[in-house]
Amino acid sequence: MSGTTDKDIDALVEARVQALLDERLGPLVDERVARALAAQEVKAEADGQGQLDRIAIVASKGSLDMAYPPLILATTATAMGMEAGIFFTFYGLDIIHKRKYASLKVPPLANPAMPVPVPNLIGALPGMTFMATAMMKSWMGRVKLQSVPDFIEMAKDLGVTLISCQMTMDVMGVKKDDLVDGVTIGGAATFLEYAGKSKISLFV
Amino acid sequence: MVTNIDQGEDVPVTHRLDCRGLSCPLPIIMTKRAIDALAPGEMLEMSATDPGSVNDMAAWTAKTGHELVGSAEADGVFTFTIRKVGQDAGLR
Repeated sequence: MSGTTDKDIDALVEARVQALLDERLGPLVDERVARALAAQEVKAEADGQGQLDRIAIVASKGSLDMAYPPLILATTATAMGMEAGIFFTFYGLDIIHKRKYASLKVPPLANPAMPVPVPNLIGALPGMTFMATAMMKSWMGRVKLQSVPDFIEMAKDLGVTLISCQMTMDVMGVKKDDLVDGVTIGGAATFLEYAGKSKISLFV
Repeated sequence: MVTNIDQGEDVPVTHRLDCRGLSCPLPIIMTKRAIDALAPGEMLEMSATDPGSVNDMAAWTAKTGHELVGSAEADGVFTFTIRKVGQDAGLR
């Protein structure tokens, strides 16, 4: 008789615990799972829908060597069917400055990657920037790399969006007339909106 | 006519593009312009001396959807044969 009663009690307890679990834990688990699924959906939306086949590049340097990466990447991107946009800021403005973009220079000073066979400090002497620039230009000429002005024309022809930083223009006193044709003017928000939808964003 | 390296058959080339002596990114950009001028199904033969163009052409055809029919090298000159695939192959 007591054995049956124990089993009955066990069964009752089990049933009661199960009922409590379903009542209290069940909704909690459902809510957690629903939240996790919703978070995943938001992430999937951001990843899948938001990103255009587009590259956004900030060009912030004005030396001869640093003018090329943004231009080469942007033009090649358009050749591969992507959209491309370059945001020129600070010294990068020289790349689209009518009076400066044909004479960009590269300094050997503080640039230990330059294979000038003299101690780095010598790079501070007058004439060294001229020599380093001439050397780099001759290398570029040997492989027939186009000049920066030619690249800008090619970029415009291929539909690359060129944006000039308004703030830099104010800081450095650059007017719209100083810039090549076909450049739009914008601020940080313009670039961030453009880049926010781009698959690839780079800072040069 | 050019021999299709992969299949050994002769295919008619619609346009020949000479990019020898030009360096990145010109071979790709000129190839893109030349392909734009062709009708779907037509063939472009491009020759280049830039060693990087081998990987570049593979990447470009993979991205744009055009077909890299053949690729060969002789005396430092790389020759690529590309068939233009339909208008909506990802080009702007």
